[in-house]
Amino acid sequence: MKFGVIVFPGSNCDLDAFYMVKDVLNKPVEYLWHHEKTLRGSDCVILPGGFTYGDYLRPGAIASFSPIMTAVHAFAARGGLVLGICNGFQVLLESGLLPGALYRNIHLQFRCAWTHLSVENPHLPFTAHIPSGQVLKIPVAHGDGNYFCDPETLETLKKNNQIVFRYVTPEGNLDSRANPNGSLEAIAGICNARGNVLGMMPHPERAGESLLGSRDGQFIFQSILKHWGESS
Amino acid sequence: MTAWKAEIQVTYKKSVLDPQGVAVEKALGALGYDHVEKVRIGKYMELLLHAESEEKARSQVEEMCQRLLTNPVIEDYEYRLQPVSLERGTGQTGS
Amino acid sequence: MSEQLHQKMGLSDQEYALILHLMGREPNELELGMFSVMWSEHCSYKCSKKVLQSLPTEGDQILLGPGENAGIVDIGEGLAVAFKMESHNHPSAIEPYQGAATGVGGIVRDIFTMGARPIALLNSLRFGPLHYPRVQYLFEGVVAGIAGYGNCIGIPTVGGETWFDPAYQGNPLVNVMCAGVLPASRIARGQARGPGNTVILVGARTGRDGLHGVTFASEGLDETSEAQRPAVQVGDPFMEKLLLEACLEAIEKELVAGIQDLGGAGLTCATSEMSSRAGSGMIIHLDRVPCREEDMSPYEIMLSESQERMLLVVENENIKAVQDIFTRWGLEFSAIGQVTGDGLLQIYHRGEKVGELAADFLCENAPVYDLPDQEPPYYQKLKSYDMQAVPQPDDLEEAFLELLASPNIASKQWIYRQYDYMVRTCTAQGPGGDAAVLRIRGTAKGLAFSADGNGRYVYLDPYKGGMIAVLEAARNVAAAGAKPLAITNCLNFGNPTRPQIYWQFKHAVKGMAEACRALGTPVTGGNVSFYNETSGEAIFPTPVVGMLGLLENLSCQVQKGWRRASDRVYLLGDLAGSLAGSEYLYALHGVLAGDMPLPDLERAAFLHQFLGEAAASKVITSAHDLSDGGLLTALAEASFAGGFGVEISLPHPENVRLDELLFGEGQSRVLVGVSLEKERDFLTLIRSYQLPWQLLGEVKGEKLTVRIQEEEPLIDLSLERVKAAWEEVISCCLD
Repeated sequence: MKFGVIVFPGSNCDLDAFYMVKDVLNKPVEYLWHHEKTLRGSDCVILPGGFTYGDYLRPGAIASFSPIMTAVHAFAARGGLVLGICNGFQVLLESGLLPGALYRNIHLQFRCAWTHLSVENPHLPFTAHIPSGQVLKIPVAHGDGNYFCDPETLETLKKNNQIVFRYVTPEGNLDSRANPNGSLEAIAGICNARGNVLGMMPHPERAGESLLGSRDGQFIFQSILKHWGESS
Repeated sequence: MTAWKAEIQVTYKKSVLDPQGVAVEKALGALGYDHVEKVRIGKYMELLLHAESEEKARSQVEEMCQRLLTNPVIEDYEYRLQPVSLERGTGQTGS
Repeated sequence: MSEQLHQKMGLSDQEYALILHLMGREPNELELGMFSVMWSEHCSYKCSKKVLQSLPTEGDQILLGPGENAGIVDIGEGLAVAFKMESHNHPSAIEPYQGAATGVGGIVRDIFTMGARPIALLNSLRFGPLHYPRVQYLFEGVVAGIAGYGNCIGIPTVGGETWFDPAYQGNPLVNVMCAGVLPASRIARGQARGPGNTVILVGARTGRDGLHGVTFASEGLDETSEAQRPAVQVGDPFMEKLLLEACLEAIEKELVAGIQDLGGAGLTCATSEMSSRAGSGMIIHLDRVPCREEDMSPYEIMLSESQERMLLVVENENIKAVQDIFTRWGLEFSAIGQVTGDGLLQIYHRGEKVGELAADFLCENAPVYDLPDQEPPYYQKLKSYDMQAVPQPDDLEEAFLELLASPNIASKQWIYRQYDYMVRTCTAQGPGGDAAVLRIRGTAKGLAFSADGNGRYVYLDPYKGGMIAVLEAARNVAAAGAKPLAITNCLNFGNPTRPQIYWQFKHAVKGMAEACRALGTPVTGGNVSFYNETSGEAIFPTPVVGMLGLLENLSCQVQKGWRRASDRVYLLGDLAGSLAGSEYLYALHGVLAGDMPLPDLERAAFLHQFLGEAAASKVITSAHDLSDGGLLTALAEASFAGGFGVEISLPHPENVRLDELLFGEGQSRVLVGVSLEKERDFLTLIRSYQLPWQLLGEVKGEKLTVRIQEEEPLIDLSLERVKAAWEEVISCCLD
């Protein structure tokens, strides 16, 4: 299974996603420049975190018009696996691949902190091999992670099981103090209706090794590999 | 072709909490302006465009707002359009 | 040329006479402006050079000492570290967000200019007391500015320190440090080598921002210009990120003959320094410089301090390849001139020569001053302060909780949770530890960094305080298990032409030099920031030391938190500290006085060596440096970090006050945790060193309990309660 990591101008977690795949999963991975028109045969494409175009105008807004996004749309429509992390999630929302929007954290500050996530939909290619009931310890680092959508969209998300992760306490309980950004219903990650496009604010690629404080991010990547019929 | 100056104001939709607005309202209150309410913080953009008619200019501005300049999920916009004479330059300069 | 103009530009009559002598004619306005910025203290070190010469700068590990954009240290396996610290105090006092942000931008450029990939940012901040609204504004703005810039360019802000004291109320300090890694064989240089090579300017367009940022605000220099001249530079971290990637790519492909960032004094500094270092000259065409505003004068273009610009010297056959890289990153690229062999800077504008002078005039011929110094009257007075006048607290528990709630001791989480300290996934120890620790991918090694400087100590005794700044920075990296290798520094002082300030400066540098020699950690560069004063009141003399340490094996890294219940707690170093200059004395008694004991440099070197060996042989489970707040504070911090309580019993030496024992501060003191299995090995090792040590107690439960021998506990508090006193202090101050 081959991964592709898109590099937009201003991406800065491209390297972290790259090394997560290369050094932790030991799988093939390559960078995809935003000007490219194909995904070069990637089986899973990662839109990494960072500040594409300096987050100017709105986070992810300008990057969503990059040439490579046409290929990402087509890939997603064919059922290809797309993972947007942090700024990558913002790009997916701006490009219409996922519903809703992310805006300023409610306290107006950038927040870099460990968060805990409940897995709300354990039946996705990204989550199927997370042990049942496991609370994931994965960090966030963002200034615009406050998820918002209108009530109809929220209803649809719930009906289709599109809410994938929520911020919870280490014990797995919903608590406003566990929500780092004021996100609607503590939403940390959502997917499209088909379940092949996932966007999440927390950084699983930063939680791949005990040296970094947690290995829980591996569960998500292992799920992807197993979905593909591979083990690492 | 006439040049048009568009002045665009972008604010969060009424249904979206504006955390900056809330913070500023609180700060104004602390300064004694306790009769102030409904503070909203937005963005102002201006641009020059060339179009044959005001109607065409409007449709271009609308399209740009919807595609890039605003996010319709969370933001509303208003704009003003006025014809400008280009003799004084565009404000942007080269080397 | 009127005589007053040079004075308006901050040049003295003697300096102007020297310029006339060098030039053999009167300089025109452009040339005079170039002299004024290059002969400013910021660029020429004219007031500090003599004193700085006493700092050691050589060592086997030093690949490049002071003089270039950053110093470079060998770390083995063909790798090297470039690191440097710089101040952005004055810009931050005017516009805290942009002042701090552009400070980060500047220091990052200094690092990638050397060809190094930036891997870490640290900062050292000083503010007035947090209850003043103006201080809150500065504090929140500076933190947000550092976060805004550093987070966006994707370099983790992994550590630092923040200190609050009335001495910094009108003049905050914002010192930022950056470190990067590069192949030792591929150091890029800020040199204009090779006559005929092309001089290229890349990055942001040049505007009128920051004109004369290094000398003074320049009203009325050009009465014909109606344009507004904003003094504050605005940072563009996105542009910097693109520049960083493009420059590193060009350097990695060996397409660049010389490179330098445009910082203070802008194009004037970059063209003259690059020429002077290489013994070459340049012809520059100012009309080829992409400008942000219309009709900028040669003077404005040469002196602009617009951010995010780089000057490259490229061999002509490589121009196309370099241009391709910059175009791919979407950056503007402009060939603005040629390298020459004659040592002259020849400046043309629209075909006309508008200035000509030797690069060395600007870089090598600035005057060097030996300023008069005088011991300030406060010095002896505060030294001889009678500590017996300080009452001992009736309730030590209350005193302890109050001390922990001092913003100088309290948790700094409010600050660092705004910094992305994890990006690049190499942070093995982020903010909140004694030192920040990062892995170096592809090796087993780790790097440790710390930034320290206690202005209060330096105020009381510049000589000892200078030593202590170095010792503490070294001890912090040593506590992480790393070997201290080298330092960078930021020397923040008042107006050096005042003899009492110069006295502080001289003695602080002397103390630093001695400590650096004793520890074998040379100085690789840094920055001097004078004139930190408001209405004639100087800040505390505040030298800040940025230390680089090396862990040969990252898996031997040691952290400060207790690791396991039942681990033994040992104290290395003296049992009791001193109240002189202590946080306890100031925070609880409002007294700043005393005579700190002279640090034992040899013992410090032994201690650091011991810590390295103890970490490598894994006989300790934790290590935490004793600094501000003394023994009890250190015990509490190790408990917070580890999540375990501790129970200790202390001897009570005669003539030692209880508050001295619990809250006194001193050098070369470290708390270590030792597992029962390794206790014998630990004791064997510690006995082979000439260091005082003692067993204090053990890691246990969820309480902090301290007693004198077998007596009833002096302190017996739940960890939860102690932590509550310490944790949210800064948030509460801001509400």
